[in-house]
Amino acid sequence: MNNAITTNIARFIALVLVQVLVLNHINFLGYVNPYIYILFIILFPVKNNRLLFVFLAFLLGMSIDLFSDSGGVHAAASVSIAYIRPIILKFSFGAIYEHQTIKFSSTEIGQRLTYFLIIILIHHLILFSLEIFNTSKIILIFQKTLFSSIFTLILCILITVLFSKKTK
Amino acid sequence: MQQIINFIIRNKTFLLFLLLFSVSLFFTFQSHSYHKSKFINSANFLTGGVYESVSNISGYIGLKKENQILLEENNRLKSILFNAKVVESQDFFIDSSLYDGNYLLKVAEVIKNSYSLTNNYLTINKGKKDDIKKELGVISSKGIVGVIDKVSPNYGRVMSILNTNTKVNAQLKKTDHFGTLLWNGESPYVVQLTDLPKQAPVVVGDTIITGGLSTIFPKGIPIGTIASFKLDETENYFEIDVVLFNDMTSIGHVYIIENLDATEISNLNNLNE
Repeated sequence: MNNAITTNIARFIALVLVQVLVLNHINFLGYVNPYIYILFIILFPVKNNRLLFVFLAFLLGMSIDLFSDSGGVHAAASVSIAYIRPIILKFSFGAIYEHQTIKFSSTEIGQRLTYFLIIILIHHLILFSLEIFNTSKIILIFQKTLFSSIFTLILCILITVLFSKKTK
Repeated sequence: MQQIINFIIRNKTFLLFLLLFSVSLFFTFQSHSYHKSKFINSANFLTGGVYESVSNISGYIGLKKENQILLEENNRLKSILFNAKVVESQDFFIDSSLYDGNYLLKVAEVIKNSYSLTNNYLTINKGKKDDIKKELGVISSKGIVGVIDKVSPNYGRVMSILNTNTKVNAQLKKTDHFGTLLWNGESPYVVQLTDLPKQAPVVVGDTIITGGLSTIFPKGIPIGTIASFKLDETENYFEIDVVLFNDMTSIGHVYIIENLDATEISNLNNLNE
């Protein structure tokens, strides 16, 4: 239990620093940035105190906002995906989730991919809608959402594969 | 009463979510309106400190390019200085009246820059302790960068020209027709000049400079060149795309301009109203 807490604190700090110091400056093709800090929300233990989880997601988003001068857009997007995560978990993993025994490293790649993709898409859509906040630029919102999601998804998959513990 | 308490207990996660979501929406809307993002900005002790220590390290990488830029600027300033001497030496009695000491310049280093959002800000390593105030103009050696909108003791936040809330008075270099410089949030290399009267002789390739109407920037700081232009819906004003001289995606050192007469001028303007 103690171990899980330390891992998550370390992950929180590491992800925020990597996000604001490295990934916010990539600007691939001018505006495409990956937002991998949501890995914290994606990989948070399934068995949890939901109040704490939603609050941590808020803190995470707020720290990113502090660094990137973006008001509260990251906080809003993170809180939303943290709140609806159980629904997405049930949708993508089905029955296993009911028993609350998922380990992300032992799930099928297809299921994991849908789970990642849905969370990333929802997060990015909320993020860019709030950031641009202009209905006449809806094409720009979708464009940014699409390209950044692809980038984020690839990075998230790579990171989870790289840092997963081998169980042999 | 008990039912209400039961309701709260049953829906506590949802209520917490709602609360936090509205807090973040509140911050978001504040950041969309000029001068209101009070709490969440990168000019504070924690974020400024982190950005500065990283910038200290990464600063070494760009030293060669920075040197080159400084050399070019020195070169330009020296050529102005030496050429001016030739003219002045003929009647040097008027030198003290020639010097217009209204503007105070300070040097600062950019420790954080962004250009891919719709409202971009830069953070600089000068703040209240260095006598930096709100509403001072920020330029680089090539052209304008933005306006200071927030200061903490050691750091300052600059509202970049690439911010949809920024409005700067600008004019054509060859005539005195002026308009308002805005950004539409798309390309970090192109800004828009609006409200320029259609009588103005606009030609592609002409230079745009800052106008003297605002007290923030002195007149004549280069902004960019005209890339394309068209009339707006009212058919009375031009809408012009201006390609910036400055590469906003790579800014190292900047100058902060303080207009010492700013309060005097604005007091005078307020009298008129």
